[in-house]
Amino acid sequence: MIPFIVTTLFAFLLYLVLTAGAGDLVWWSYSEIAAGIVLSLITAALSRTFFCRNRDYRMANPVRLILLLFYIVCPFFIEMAKANLEVAYRVITGRIRPGIVRISPGLKTDFGVALLANSITLTPGTLTVSVDDDTGDFYVHMINIRKGLETKKITESEDVFTLFQFPAWIRRIAE
Amino acid sequence: MSLSGTLIPVFIGIGLVFNALGVIGILRFPDVYTRLHAETKTTTFGTIFLGLAVVIYSLTRLFDTGDGEYLTFIIHTVIAIAALAITNATGAHAIARAAHMSGQKPAPCVVDRLSEAEND
Amino acid sequence: MMPGIWQAAILVIAALILAAMIRLFAGPTAPDRVVALDTVNTLTIASMILLGVIYRQLIFVDVAIVYALLSFVGTLYIAKYIGGEL
Repeated sequence: MIPFIVTTLFAFLLYLVLTAGAGDLVWWSYSEIAAGIVLSLITAALSRTFFCRNRDYRMANPVRLILLLFYIVCPFFIEMAKANLEVAYRVITGRIRPGIVRISPGLKTDFGVALLANSITLTPGTLTVSVDDDTGDFYVHMINIRKGLETKKITESEDVFTLFQFPAWIRRIAE
Repeated sequence: MSLSGTLIPVFIGIGLVFNALGVIGILRFPDVYTRLHAETKTTTFGTIFLGLAVVIYSLTRLFDTGDGEYLTFIIHTVIAIAALAITNATGAHAIARAAHMSGQKPAPCVVDRLSEAEND
Repeated sequence: MMPGIWQAAILVIAALILAAMIRLFAGPTAPDRVVALDTVNTLTIASMILLGVIYRQLIFVDVAIVYALLSFVGTLYIAKYIGGEL
């Protein structure tokens, strides 16, 4: 029952955001809201089994959501700008030294793993290739491996992330 | 007005330059993983800046005319950009994993821990 | 406000899509083509948002949202097919 309610609320919120500015009841009209309620009930009935599959509701906590927003705006966006300048440099000069390394961030929740995988993909010189489901280890393709780094069996996350320590941030947000 | 008049061309310029770098990257890099690097990061970033230009333009129109339609425009643009950023990163992850599973090795490569782990 | 800046941006994006098509046809392997297809999709979404500004039609941006999500599903299925999981 709780997954159904959470999914309904999420779908209804998304509907309200998408239809803002359509009517005169603050920003919405009565018919719009009625249609939204019906549609979000149908959506929740169809998809309640996969939206919160683990019955893990810690991401509904507003503190975590605000932290997530702050994470996206500040450290993530700075790293992304840095990533693009680095890739631009590699595209122009063609100086690459690629390889796949293994890091062990030790995240447990599904949302944390997904967030870290996406963050790795959009940040400097790294791209998640695969995740080991049992141990939670990431296999990361790096476009430019520094000399000496390729000999280690498991690379430290300090060597992959230079400016901000993403695993620590994500542990605070998602776990 | 003058501030937005300078910001919009600058943001469009940044967006187009990074999109162009992404396309040059996929034409120039040697194997599929390095091409994915170029594609995912630069086209996502470039499109975010094109979206920011649209948001700034809509904001100035909103203040000039007071038309609520432009507010809807801003919200929808932000949602489109957010959807693009999430799906691009996840899609790149899926392509990289599929390429590795189909047996394609990184062509110039100093270390490949994933193949070693699979062979164990 | 400079007239025609949005139109010029769309022309540049169209040229970039044509350039990405070279990789789409040249290959050499299937994952390379998927990468090129993903690039074309992203650039199409960018041009749809810009077209929405030019014609002052919100529907272009709505189509861009749906296109982003559907092209993601398409990419996922092609990736699953290439990886031999389908």
